[in-house]
Amino acid sequence: MSELIELLSFRFFTNALWAALLSSLVAGIVGSYIVARRNVFISGGITHASFGGMGIAYYLGLSPFLGAGIFAVLAALGIEWSSKRGGIREDSSIAILWSLGMAIGILFVFLTPGYTPNLMGFLFGDILTVQNADLWFLLAIAVLCLLLVIFFYPVILSIAFDGEFAKVSGLPVQSIKYISAVIVAIAIVLSIKVMGIILVLSLFTLPAAAANLFAKSLDKVMVGAALIGITGSVSGLFIAYYLDLPSGATIIFTLTIIFVLLKIIKALR
Amino acid sequence: MKPLIELRNIKASYDRHPVLQDVNLSIAERDFVGIIGPNGGGKTTLLKVMLDLLPPIAGTVTRSKELRIGYLPQVNNIDKQFPITIKDVILSGRYAQSKWWHKTSRQQINKLNELLEFIGLKGQHNTPIGELSGGQMQRVFLCRALISDPNLLILDEPNTYVDKTFEASLYNLLGELNDKMAIVLVSHDVGTISSVVKTIACVNGGLHYHASNKITNEVLQSYNCPIELVTHGQVPHRVLKHHDHE
Repeated sequence: MSELIELLSFRFFTNALWAALLSSLVAGIVGSYIVARRNVFISGGITHASFGGMGIAYYLGLSPFLGAGIFAVLAALGIEWSSKRGGIREDSSIAILWSLGMAIGILFVFLTPGYTPNLMGFLFGDILTVQNADLWFLLAIAVLCLLLVIFFYPVILSIAFDGEFAKVSGLPVQSIKYISAVIVAIAIVLSIKVMGIILVLSLFTLPAAAANLFAKSLDKVMVGAALIGITGSVSGLFIAYYLDLPSGATIIFTLTIIFVLLKIIKALR
Repeated sequence: MKPLIELRNIKASYDRHPVLQDVNLSIAERDFVGIIGPNGGGKTTLLKVMLDLLPPIAGTVTRSKELRIGYLPQVNNIDKQFPITIKDVILSGRYAQSKWWHKTSRQQINKLNELLEFIGLKGQHNTPIGELSGGQMQRVFLCRALISDPNLLILDEPNTYVDKTFEASLYNLLGELNDKMAIVLVSHDVGTISSVVKTIACVNGGLHYHASNKITNEVLQSYNCPIELVTHGQVPHRVLKHHDHE
């Protein structure tokens, strides 16, 4: 117990806890929306495309997360736009953005002179180096997501469920789809610090998929996913600390265990 | 009477293939138009133009200021696994009537309860749609189209999943609703359609309007509309063409 109290007195650990909590909250809300709309693969494309921006920003000596954010938003808007306009099949355009982003990223990281210590952090997350500024950004997007869901839930639900019908009813479907694409992109990029590019997708999909087993409506999936995500990421973080393992991986394992347990409970009922 | 919606010289294409050529159609209050035609003939494209989901390449669509559309899409285009309750599906139809920032009104809640009772799902507000049968789901979507008190109801293949018992009551209901609103009914099932609609439009590239619900062989031949001939009689029946070699 005294060890726990000592641990919580370390700034790096409390920051990591807050980061896990806030990103799980954001991922619970945004992830439920992505999973309900069957946009998981699109989100994967956005995440990996953001590595291109990260590499360029790194090369130019700017904040890697600023670069990642710009690339992610452009990729999200590009996919939303191209799926509306047609021409390229959606899964093909996602795959192209996905690998092109990674290629640009690795090229610029390679071109950057000197040692590149952060590469593993970008790819697999580096929760123990979370700064106060990162937490403020996460808090801001968490508050934004909560407010949007609280005030506009019926509209978000209608458009996510049947966009064509919503458009016939006169809802501003296209603008809301673009806005939500931008928010999804920003939410993913801010969670990259915690989970890394390669692992972040699971934080958005595993809790939502688990909550989907029991919840009957999107708002309940969101609440359930946020709670499952927080439980899984906080316990994963402690396991990582005590066993000295990479936290991104342990968080995925705890989330997967929760998912499998819930699946078994559902099957037994 | 001023039409609710009027299509003039419409040319429209879907996935770059021209589907509709020079189509004219006008729908006035309390019309009941059946739209028939072969697959790929442009029925869905015509609906998309009417619903403002697809801008036509040429021609004009004039909508009356009072136009309020209730729309029942084909149920197989809908994600049945989506986590949404019956109540939320039906209430998502209210935006045709009220602005999106408005709260659900008392009147809309009453209407929701009435509709649920009518389709035999009384009190099932919080049942997720994933637990419904195809027929029940279609009824829920019909309620979504009706909750905003439309003056034009557009139905795309409403009898796909509906069981025979409900099909009869669906057509009775449409007859009743027609006292209050115009109805456009798209169907491949010519037999049932001609017994409920007032007029028929055959869409096959062009549109041929037939100001009666009787379809004769001459009508079909002159319109080049490749469908079966149907006729009314004491017992429901179909008449097939004589074989050529006989």
